[in-house]
Amino acid sequence: MRNDHLSNVPSCHQEIVTLDNVSYSYGSQQVLSGVDFVARERDFIGLIGSNGAGKTTLLRMIVGLIKPVSGEIRLFGTPMSRFKDWQLIGYVPQRNHFNPLFPATVREVVLSGLYGRRKLFKRMTKEDHIRAEDALNTMKIRDLAEKRIGELSGGQQQRVFLARALINNPKLLILDEPMSGIDTETQNNFFNLLLHMHNRHNITFLMVSHDMEMVRSYLGETPKSTSGKLSFHVRHSHDLEDCVETDLLHSLRKEG
Amino acid sequence: MELLTAEFFQRALIGGALIAITSPLLGLFLVLRRLAMIGDTLSHVSIAGVALGFLINVYPVAVGLVFAIIASFGIEALRRRYRSFAELSIAIIMSGGIALASLLFTVGKGYNLDVNSYLFGSIYTLDNTDILIIAIVTVIVLGIVLALKKELFLLTFDEDAASVSGLPVRYFNILVSILTALVISASIKIVGALLVSALLTIPAACSLVLSKSFRQSIVLVVVIGEAAVVFGLWMAGVWNLAPGGTIVLLLIAILLASLAMSRKIRV
Repeated sequence: MRNDHLSNVPSCHQEIVTLDNVSYSYGSQQVLSGVDFVARERDFIGLIGSNGAGKTTLLRMIVGLIKPVSGEIRLFGTPMSRFKDWQLIGYVPQRNHFNPLFPATVREVVLSGLYGRRKLFKRMTKEDHIRAEDALNTMKIRDLAEKRIGELSGGQQQRVFLARALINNPKLLILDEPMSGIDTETQNNFFNLLLHMHNRHNITFLMVSHDMEMVRSYLGETPKSTSGKLSFHVRHSHDLEDCVETDLLHSLRKEG
Repeated sequence: MELLTAEFFQRALIGGALIAITSPLLGLFLVLRRLAMIGDTLSHVSIAGVALGFLINVYPVAVGLVFAIIASFGIEALRRRYRSFAELSIAIIMSGGIALASLLFTVGKGYNLDVNSYLFGSIYTLDNTDILIIAIVTVIVLGIVLALKKELFLLTFDEDAASVSGLPVRYFNILVSILTALVISASIKIVGALLVSALLTIPAACSLVLSKSFRQSIVLVVVIGEAAVVFGLWMAGVWNLAPGGTIVLLLIAILLASLAMSRKIRV
């Protein structure tokens, strides 16, 4: 099934993630077959499916960690193999995928959002450190800056990873099971924070979750499309003028 | 203090002090990536290379280095096949290394195979070539680690995020493997293949419980490594003990002290 339901959107609603007949298999086991999907600018996409439905596989393909067996993935219109603008993408991992004893402070983790290909062999500048400070303030974790990341609660850690992802002012924010292992109230707060950002800023979200209820209640009951055991729930943001360029961290801070 | 003016002891101190910078530094990254046992593995494979070097009459440390580099590629390849079982790849290559070494030992019976000095270290027999090689390895490893400090941090903390940020993660992993092979081959003659991994892992183990930040742990592992090597060599010289063993036991003593200290801090 092709997704032509968005053909009427204004032209500035660029294709952010395009999945074109994407398939993947581990050996003889077909995990994904012929997935088609288009995420456009300012969509909030919830990708849900049970364990083994291929969510993680799909996500790993979208961030370039593995290659599809067939089909094509485009990021910001550019085929994966030629895509270089990785700083446009913020990535929030599963909370529990680092070692709690890891000797890194919150500040060090947030600052590491700026590391990458662009900064290879370059020093962190004063502006970079100011940016880290902004990210800490925006996510209200400034007080925790010198604490070891492992000492924080699940919800606080999630804010740290969000700050790390936002420090680059990304256009696409990818979240891998961000709610796992945190209590319901914290989950709701976190989701509301994401929706707040979605409403006011020019940013596209792609969130993978196995918590179908949570995703449905925030992003709508009926999926925009399905593929195998995966379903894509999409929410559009309305109350933003078209195509404004903003610096996410700065405007989030102004809003307090 | 005659000891300090003896040339063999001075060479031991220089060689030891240099290895005590690079081993713990690289070990920190390895431990944090759950590859603590890689030192043991590469050193055992390296010993096979050393034995071969004796047999074919080529500088043994160099052959050991080549073996260690090949083994590190093997580990990295297996690690990718068994993604969440990094230790499996290490165990397999380690057995392979020991098997090969024992085979070469039996072949080499009757030759003048001085394997003991590589198993347990013979820091007092370092010659100028050894010192030169250790110095070169130190400069290479230190230069690369300092130049790529940020990227290595990201890779170690969150390999997926490193990929998403556009870093060539595969090449970084290969680079770390090669650096590890370099450091291990260079340190085998100092602490011995059987004890090499102590200098890689124990300082990191101390810093895991003591340091608050990554910056702090980098400094701390080198300080602990230096303290253990310099004091260990001095103690071994004064009381006529085995230098490799003294250094390692001193490291363990520091670890116990760190654990006791961190408990006090936390409670």
